[in-house]
Parts: sequence; C-alpha cells; structure tokens
Amino acid sequence: MAAFTSTMVPEFISEFPNPNKNIGKTRVGHGMKAAIVLAAALCGTPAFAGWEPAKPVEIVVAAGAGGASDQMARMMQAAIQKNNLMKQPIVVSLKGGASGAEALMYMKSSEGDPNKVLIAYSLIYMLPLSAKIPFNWRELTPVSVIALDQFVLWDNSAGPKTVKEFVAAAKAASAPFKMGGTGSKREDHVLTVFLEQKTGAKFSYLPYKSGGEAATQLVGNHTEANVNNPSENLEVWRAGQVRPLCVFDKERISYTAKVTETQSWADIPTCKEEGVDVQYLMLRAMFLPGKVPAEQQAFYVELFHKVTQTAEYKEYMEKQALKPIFLTGKDMVQFLEEDDALNKSLMTQAGFVAK
Amino acid sequence: MEAFGLLLHGFAVLLTWKTLVLMMVGLMLGIFVGVLPGLGGPNGVAILLPLTFTMDPTSAIVMLSCIYWGALFGGAITSILFNIPGEAWSVATTFDGYPMAQQGRAAEALTAAFTSSFIGSLVAVLLITFLAPMISSFALKFGPPEFFAVYLLTFCSFVGLGREAKHKTVISMSLGLLLAGIGMDTVSGNLRMTFGSAELLRGINFLVAVIGLFGISEILLTMEERLALRGHAASISLRVVLSVWKDLPKYWVTLLRSSFIGCWLGITPGGAIAASFMGYNLAKRFSKDPESFGKGRIEGVFAPETAAHASGTAALLPMLALGIPGSGTAAILLGGLMVWGLNPGPLLFVEHKDFVWGLIASMYLGNVVGLVLVLTTVPVFASILRVPFAAVAPMIVVSCAIGAYAIQNAMFDIWLMLGFGIVGYVFKKIGIPLAPFTLALVLGNRAEDAFRLSMIGSGGNLGVFWSNGLVGSITTLAIVLLFWPVIDGLLARVGWGRRSKGMPPRKVN
Repeated sequence: MAAFTSTMVPEFISEFPNPNKNIGKTRVGHGMKAAIVLAAALCGTPAFAGWEPAKPVEIVVAAGAGGASDQMARMMQAAIQKNNLMKQPIVVSLKGGASGAEALMYMKSSEGDPNKVLIAYSLIYMLPLSAKIPFNWRELTPVSVIALDQFVLWDNSAGPKTVKEFVAAAKAASAPFKMGGTGSKREDHVLTVFLEQKTGAKFSYLPYKSGGEAATQLVGNHTEANVNNPSENLEVWRAGQVRPLCVFDKERISYTAKVTETQSWADIPTCKEEGVDVQYLMLRAMFLPGKVPAEQQAFYVELFHKVTQTAEYKEYMEKQALKPIFLTGKDMVQFLEEDDALNKSLMTQAGFVAK
Repeated sequence: MEAFGLLLHGFAVLLTWKTLVLMMVGLMLGIFVGVLPGLGGPNGVAILLPLTFTMDPTSAIVMLSCIYWGALFGGAITSILFNIPGEAWSVATTFDGYPMAQQGRAAEALTAAFTSSFIGSLVAVLLITFLAPMISSFALKFGPPEFFAVYLLTFCSFVGLGREAKHKTVISMSLGLLLAGIGMDTVSGNLRMTFGSAELLRGINFLVAVIGLFGISEILLTMEERLALRGHAASISLRVVLSVWKDLPKYWVTLLRSSFIGCWLGITPGGAIAASFMGYNLAKRFSKDPESFGKGRIEGVFAPETAAHASGTAALLPMLALGIPGSGTAAILLGGLMVWGLNPGPLLFVEHKDFVWGLIASMYLGNVVGLVLVLTTVPVFASILRVPFAAVAPMIVVSCAIGAYAIQNAMFDIWLMLGFGIVGYVFKKIGIPLAPFTLALVLGNRAEDAFRLSMIGSGGNLGVFWSNGLVGSITTLAIVLLFWPVIDGLLARVGWGRRSKGMPPRKVN
C-alpha cells in the first residue's frame, strides 16, 4: 500500500547537525534546536575536494520496510554517519509502492537532482519487461555496483531436509505446493519457474509484498518454501524456524563463521551439487538520477567506495552473506549491459515478458 | 518472573532526569510533526530520525519511541480541530471529534481523545508485558485466508453496523475498491487502470485522498455555509479535563471493548488500521442511542481512539518479533531500530532482552509523560479555533497542499487532492458516507491480494475460509455482521431482540 511505504525528505530543512560518535548531552540538545529552527550546524568537516551535497541525501529504497534493500540502506546510512563520511545527513526513503516501480519513476522524474541515490537491484531490468514501465536504467547516472546478493532455497524446519526429499515432496503433493516470494514476474518468481523446469515439480507461486513477509509466512507454515535472499531469512534461520536447502550459485558462500549453533553460510550446498543446476546472483548497485554532472557523480563514487571499506559494510557482507564487489565507470556499465542481457533471456524463457 | 525483573531494570535505567528531558523533547517534537496537517507521523518521524544517530543507544531508543507516541497523540489534534486525519487510524476520530469541535467542545473532545489514547496504549502495553511470547506465535497463525477474513470482517461490520443507508455504504465502498485497484497489481505483476499514465502507476495514495476528502471538502462546506470556524466559542479551561475524567467510568464498557478490539487487531500483522473503525462501529451498535453518533458524541471519540492506540501499541509486537510494521510510522521506527543493529526477529527478545524491556519500559513512561504533556496543551490547541476563518482557511489549504505534495514529491497529487476535495463535497451533499470509501481505499488492495493468494494456495476452493477454527470463526462472524440488521430483526420477532424500532427494550414474555 502506497501510503505505507511513502516517506519524504523535506526540501525545506536545509541542514542537520553533523552526527558524531559519542556525543554528549549538549550536542543532543543542540541537534534538536537545529531541527526545529532549521538552523545550520556544522562540525567535523570531512576531507573532500570539489562538490559536496548541500542538502540531506536521500537513499531511495525500491522495496518495503525490513526487506533486503532497506536493511542495506540502513547499513550504509549508519556507515556514512558513524564514520563521518559526509557533512550532510543521509535519510532512507522507502518507495516500494507498485512493486518498486514507485522508486524507479521517482528517480526518473528527479533528473539532475544530485541528492537522491537509488539502491537498485534486478527490478531495473525486470519491471520494464514485465509491466512495460516506461523506465530504462541507461537514463540514470550509474555510480557503483556495491555487492552481489545470493538466493537460497529455504523450507520450514519441519519440512524435508534435503533438496531431493523436497523435490519428491513437491511432486507427491496433492494440494498445490506453495512457494512464497516477493512480487510477481520478478527474480523470486523467475527462480521458481526455473526450479520447475529443472526438477519437473509443480509449485504454486504466492507473491507477497516483501521478503520479510515471505519469511514470516514460511515460518507460519502458510507456504512450503521460499527463495529469499540470505538477509531476509537470517533471523528466522538463527531461530531454528527455517532450513536452507541449497544456494543458487556456482560455488558455495565463502563465509565459514557459525551463524546458527551448528551451521555457517559455507555449509549450505549449492543447488548444482544437489542436482538442480539453477544459478542466479543479483546486483546491488547505486544510481543517481539522470543528467547529474560528472563532478557530482565522482563525489558519490568516492563516497560509496569509502563505504565499502568501513567495518560496518564488511560486517554486513559477512553476516548477510553478500559478495563484496566494487565496480564503477566503464566496468560498471559493461557489467550492467551483460547482466541486463542475461536477465532479459531469463525473463523471456520464463514467459514473463509483456507483449 | 524474569520479564518483570527485566522491566523493573528497564525503569531503573530510564528514570533519570536526562532521560525524562529527552522524553519530553521527543514527545513535543512528535506532537509538533503530528499536528502539521499532511506532514503526519511517518514523514515527521523520518525527518527527526537522524537526530537520534548522535546519541547512545538507550537515549536514541527512548527518543525514537517518544517521537512515535507524540506523533500518535498529535494525529488526533488535526482530526478533531480541522477534520484532517493524519494517519489512517485517525479517520474514525473525525466522525464525532470534529462535530464536537464545531459545537465549541474542542477541549472536551481533545481531552477525551488523549485520555482514551492513554488507556488504549496502557492496556496494550500490559498485554505486551505479560503475554509477549504467546502473542508472537498467535501472529504466525495468519496466512492469506486469515488476513482476508479479518478484512472481510471489517468491511462487513461497516455495512451491517453502519448508521447510513446500506446502499449508500455499499456504493461508497465499491468506489473506494475501484480506486484502490489503480496501479501495480502485486499478484499478476501487471499495471491496471493506469491508461498509460506514469502518474497513476503509484496508485492513489490514501493520505492524499483523505486530505482532500476530509480537509478540503470541509473548507468548501464552511465557505458555503458561513465564513467562520464554528468552534470559536471553545471554552479553554483545564477544568474541562477534570469534568471529562469524572464521566470516564460511565464509558468503561466502550473503553474495554475498544481496548480488546485494538489489541486483537494490533497483533494481527497489518490489522491495526481496521481497529479504530471497528471500535467506533461496535460502540455505535451497542449504544442505547446510536442516532446521536456522528453528531458530536463523546463516546464516538473514546471508542476509535482507544482502539487505535491499543492497536498502534500492540502492533509494535509483531513489528519487533516478526519485522512486519503495522503502520507507516511504525515502519520508520523499525528503520531507526535497524540502524542500531536491532534487527527484528524471533531472537530479538532472546538476544537483546535489555533493549526490548527498555523499550517496553519507555512505553509506560512515554505514555504517562505524554498524557500530562498533551493535556496541558489542550487549551493552546483548542484556542486555534478562535483565529478568524479567513486567516486559518488559507493556511489549512496551503499546508494540505504541502502535505499532499510531500508524500510522494508529486505535483500530480495536489491536483488529485483538490479533486478528492470536490468529490468529498459532493458526497456530503448527497449523503454518501466518506468512511467506507476511505476504508476501501486503504484496505482494498490488501483484501484483494489476500483473497487471490488464498485462491492460488487452495486451488480455487472457497472452503479455505473455513479450513480451521480461527479463519472459520472470523469468516462466520463477518457474514453474521453483514446480515446483522436482518438477523437482529428476526431475533426481535421471536422476542430475543434487545431493542427494535418503536418497541420497548424488552418484550414481556
């Protein structure tokens, strides 16, 4: 519901005090006053040459609260503010309406505005294909690819224990075998279709509004499985309520630290090992609106490069089992073009491209 | 009892002058953003969120939750004074709150709203304190059929229990459902009724519609009838507070019923919005004098506000335990907690006990401090109505426009708001109730999604709505409420009716 996901950044509040770690009472009080009377308060100038944002910067999230994009945006918000990487504050803006199309149209209509950064994922390729949204990522200003996200096949911890048993259960089921996921004709749905094609089992795909909802519905036994990103199911996995069956990548996740009592991310077999050869990695990338000058683009490239070096980022990558990566400039565009072509062929094979 | 000890510890940590001052500041800021029409809870809390990054975790959380309480209290102020609900659950407060303000009883209505908010929250916090683990597992029982049954119950209670002519309620609701269908359809992933327009892609934003339907249309009506706000003779003494409190025990049934409804719908993930409407409708149904509702009856303020705040507070539980926020404001609060590495989930209660109980302790304190704070401001807010209409009206229109624009930074929404203003004006003129329309607009999409997911899951079998005790009893209750007028009539005929038109309350057998 749109009313629930809309936030805004006030154009009229020009500056917030610069957050510092371990700040005392007086600074807090000062901060309040600043917000109320809209006064400017400056301190601790970070060392940036050239252009810098003069207004609070908005990270635009094309998904609902608590989903993988939102969590990542919060991590970056904390990393930037706690490490003092920028004078202006960062505000996270949830624009998950219309399955994320709200965020895309918002970015499209903000041409030339250097104070909005989109945290993008595969919807930038898929939505224009499935719903004919008048949007093309090539019209935005690319900043950097900052991570690659995994997909894992999960079932309820009371369900089948291996992929083989899972497939057998799906084939044997008389009632529809329910697979939960986020959105329709998108990455989760595509993976479900490919699972069907490779295994011969039939699933009823239930599109929910967010990965968090898909996770809860699996725990409550309202669906049999989902293909959530690691971050979306992490908490319920740690609580022993769901079981990871396999990861949709050509190699296992590299993190070996224990996540639950007995298992680490690296203990999850790949789906290929388990006889289901389906692979999919999803980009997490930052974009500015179209027609943002090179100088301003350069500021954000530098900013997000710094973010990828913070402890917060590294910890987040490991905890939520993402693949760290940093691509910018030509490398990024080349990556995007290849990724776009791949997603287009997957969408075509799954029959999700609107005529 | 471990929980109790932890709660006491939470109080011990919070009861310092520094924290109390932070609470007051947080509450004042929350009330402030809650009062600005259109800016509303979610946006206000989002703006204030960065302030808390500079604090230590305990202070930050106290501050955050107090901003949240403040925004909840503040939402009632605009509903009562200007007929502009800031959040979905403030809509029902306008039904009797605004008429009261027009009759010069604004202070009374505000006191009633704040007091019942406090009672509702208190009941819900008590519930959270003692039943938290049980409740989180109850919330997990809700799959698509259960969600649909709850939405159906809300819709049916409107038709069955509404005061207005049934056909007008249905017309209004259907129009709302139609408009709710605009935009992206989550289940099929296709666009509907956008006619190629990029503006319509987002769908009709509920708040934009409500600002127009209630706020703008009211200005139009007032302009037509007389150029003055009718509440200018508002008595603004603190004595009003005491007189409202004195009458409070008379309404204990309403307060208890609304608290119960609020808690029940609040722990149903995403059910919080329906609570205030249901609280209102049931109060009206069981009242001895249902005709006086909507004309400025204080019970009509007590009922929805108690339910709304009980649900708003209870909704924090599924948010913490399951990560599903019950409202826009709660979603922002969730984001604020995530910045502190407090990821919602079943283990939050196990691994961050101190945090969770600190938050619960701050709910108790925040509410008490909040009540005192808002009650002292009643005269101030009530006196806004003394300002001449010619001065206030443009300010209301401008802030409505800013609010509508700010929700999605879209100029289109201002035109939409004005359009809804005219629709609201026409509806009021021809006697079509606005509430079913807004309810359908806010719940229509979810109800539809839940229904279609149920159908996909069951292979198209409607029996899924009676497939277990929980969903079966909610669905049955919904159908009973839908046909309540008929059933009530039949019962009356066989001598069981409590009351029916022109007959004594109880027939002598």
